[in-house]
Amino acid sequence: MTAAADALAAPPSREPARHSMTTRVVIYGALVLFAIVYLMPLVVMVMTSLKPLDEVTGGNMFYFPHDLTFEPWKKAWGTSCVGLTCEGIKGYVWNSVKMVVPAVLISSLLGALNGYVLTKWRFPGHKLVFGMMLFACFIPFQSVLIPMATILGKLGGIGQTLIDTTGFSWGFGNPTVNLVLVHVVYGLGFTTLFFRNYYETFPTELIKAAQIDGASFFQIFRRILLPNSAPIFIVTVIYQFTNIWNDFLFGSTFAAGDSSPMTVALYNIVNTSTGVIEYNVNMAAAIIAAAPTLVVYILAGRYFVRGLMAGAVKG
Amino acid sequence: MATLEIRALRKRFGSLEILKGIDISLEQGGFLVLVGPSGCGKSTLLNTIAGLESISSGEILIGGQVVNDLHPSKRDIAMVFQSYALYPNMSVGENIAFGMEMRGVPKPEREKAVAVVAKTLQIEHLLGRRPSQLSGGQRQRVAMGRALVRQPRVFLFDEPLSNLDAKLRVDMRVEIKRLHQQTGTTIVYVTHDQIEAMTLATKIAVLKDGELQQVGTPAEIYNSPSNLFVADFMGSPAMNLLEGTVKGVNGARRIVLERHDHPPIVLPIPANADESQLSDGAKVIFGIRPEAVNDKESIDRGAKSVATFDARVEIVEPAGSDTFVVTRAAGKELTARMRADTQLRIGENHTFAFNLDKAVLFDPQTSRRI
Repeated sequence: MTAAADALAAPPSREPARHSMTTRVVIYGALVLFAIVYLMPLVVMVMTSLKPLDEVTGGNMFYFPHDLTFEPWKKAWGTSCVGLTCEGIKGYVWNSVKMVVPAVLISSLLGALNGYVLTKWRFPGHKLVFGMMLFACFIPFQSVLIPMATILGKLGGIGQTLIDTTGFSWGFGNPTVNLVLVHVVYGLGFTTLFFRNYYETFPTELIKAAQIDGASFFQIFRRILLPNSAPIFIVTVIYQFTNIWNDFLFGSTFAAGDSSPMTVALYNIVNTSTGVIEYNVNMAAAIIAAAPTLVVYILAGRYFVRGLMAGAVKG
Repeated sequence: MATLEIRALRKRFGSLEILKGIDISLEQGGFLVLVGPSGCGKSTLLNTIAGLESISSGEILIGGQVVNDLHPSKRDIAMVFQSYALYPNMSVGENIAFGMEMRGVPKPEREKAVAVVAKTLQIEHLLGRRPSQLSGGQRQRVAMGRALVRQPRVFLFDEPLSNLDAKLRVDMRVEIKRLHQQTGTTIVYVTHDQIEAMTLATKIAVLKDGELQQVGTPAEIYNSPSNLFVADFMGSPAMNLLEGTVKGVNGARRIVLERHDHPPIVLPIPANADESQLSDGAKVIFGIRPEAVNDKESIDRGAKSVATFDARVEIVEPAGSDTFVVTRAAGKELTARMRADTQLRIGENHTFAFNLDKAVLFDPQTSRRI
């Protein structure tokens, strides 16, 4: 009791202030240090991409560009050689976009639908089904390559038959469609997990009220559930976008040549075996490849953190 | 407006039986309150009436029509939920109109109906707001508006007032009662608050562990509870339940309540008890409401049978309108509801009186009323 009373009675000492100053210096020092470590590669990439090649090979990579040039960017975008064609990476960026947008949207919507059923329309064995879907999150990519190749081969066969009979493949066997399918299937485990956990805390009374109001299964989903899912939807979209955009293994396995996504094209540019290695062009291409995920994070990053926290605390 | 009838209703989850054969009928325009401790199955019963949960066996009839297999939206019912269950992404007006929208009612008609209901509930100025911008009482009104706009045959309320603060709860209780009187709709109302049950109901059904304990008017439930559970559950403070023995004293049957530091209280058999079920030496539970225990001079003048006894005052609880005085008899606390200005002090000896017209007897073995 006396100790506590003394502590209360004692005049405010300077000790805590000095103490917190040191702590602050240590904390911010460490933060700045790590920020530099993380930013350094990006800085080097940007500087290198803005230098002419002789300056890159002849100078120090930490020097600022002497003759500032945007040629490497133009070349990377329009005329660099990927494999045998020299039309830059613009076509491959478009390939990636065509793959990522449908894959992200479809897997997110299906995940939301799964989460809806697993929490609000429970059936016997719903826990087992969810457990098995969770299992999809832990299967390594490599182990599904060969079975997936077999399935895609079969789909290609169907596509060929359709071409023979109707004159159009209806998307069967199309490499972009194949990649969308692979990413949707592989992403479902994660999107289902996200949405199920979010909907678990979603008040079931709302669903009951909508049922009494006469809304159908899909009307409830579209009118009640989806409009209240913005936080988790953003989390899922960011997560899926980053994963699918950055995927290399599936892209390189299931889409060859002109239809390959950005990541594969980047690898082919960097790994060229002929001529001089154009570091500045490589760096520009790498930044272009990384830019979309960076933009998504900057625009929606704050929702990402919020979304992950949502539902943890009521309100 | 319609009658409601529930026949031999059972609900099982696997081997667990939640509702064990419920039979209730409610006349048109009646107000049935389902009351019981948590987990007694009252909310499940309401959900089965709404059609939100299936039943294992039995029948539910609304307006004479079996609705067992009808979808909730086809039963012509409306429900008000404990959490109000307002759609957070819609404005108040859209919330109220959602059901009509789902049924394909044209927009001008919807707007007209919403306007009428909003006027009745005085929420016209809130129609453009989101539920998150409303206070608890306003949300409650909107939830009722959403139910009213359907003009259903039966209203279902699932503990609608339990999220409100005490003052608002009383206001809304009055409002619900007024609404019932104005519209004359058949209402089923679930609550665990026995004051709500007493004030609102035309008929109360007390449930415990999925079994109906008693169905009757509030007065019946309060004055002649059919068993110990109902006696103990309804009323605040609870009924005094004292253990006594039946003995023949001077050739007449009497109930004797033993006490440690005082001579035993000897009481005549209350007039409403069935004396043929009593035998000398049998144990009985003597039940008496706190308001039937008072000073000798303050006891109800019309009482036909009054018994007095001396006891020591243990606790005095002034509650404003009354003062609760706690004494001791038959080894248990005995609460008396007395005048607010009573001058009793703790430790005093005082002469209390029982109004035996209001007393009831229970069999401790079967817990049924005698």
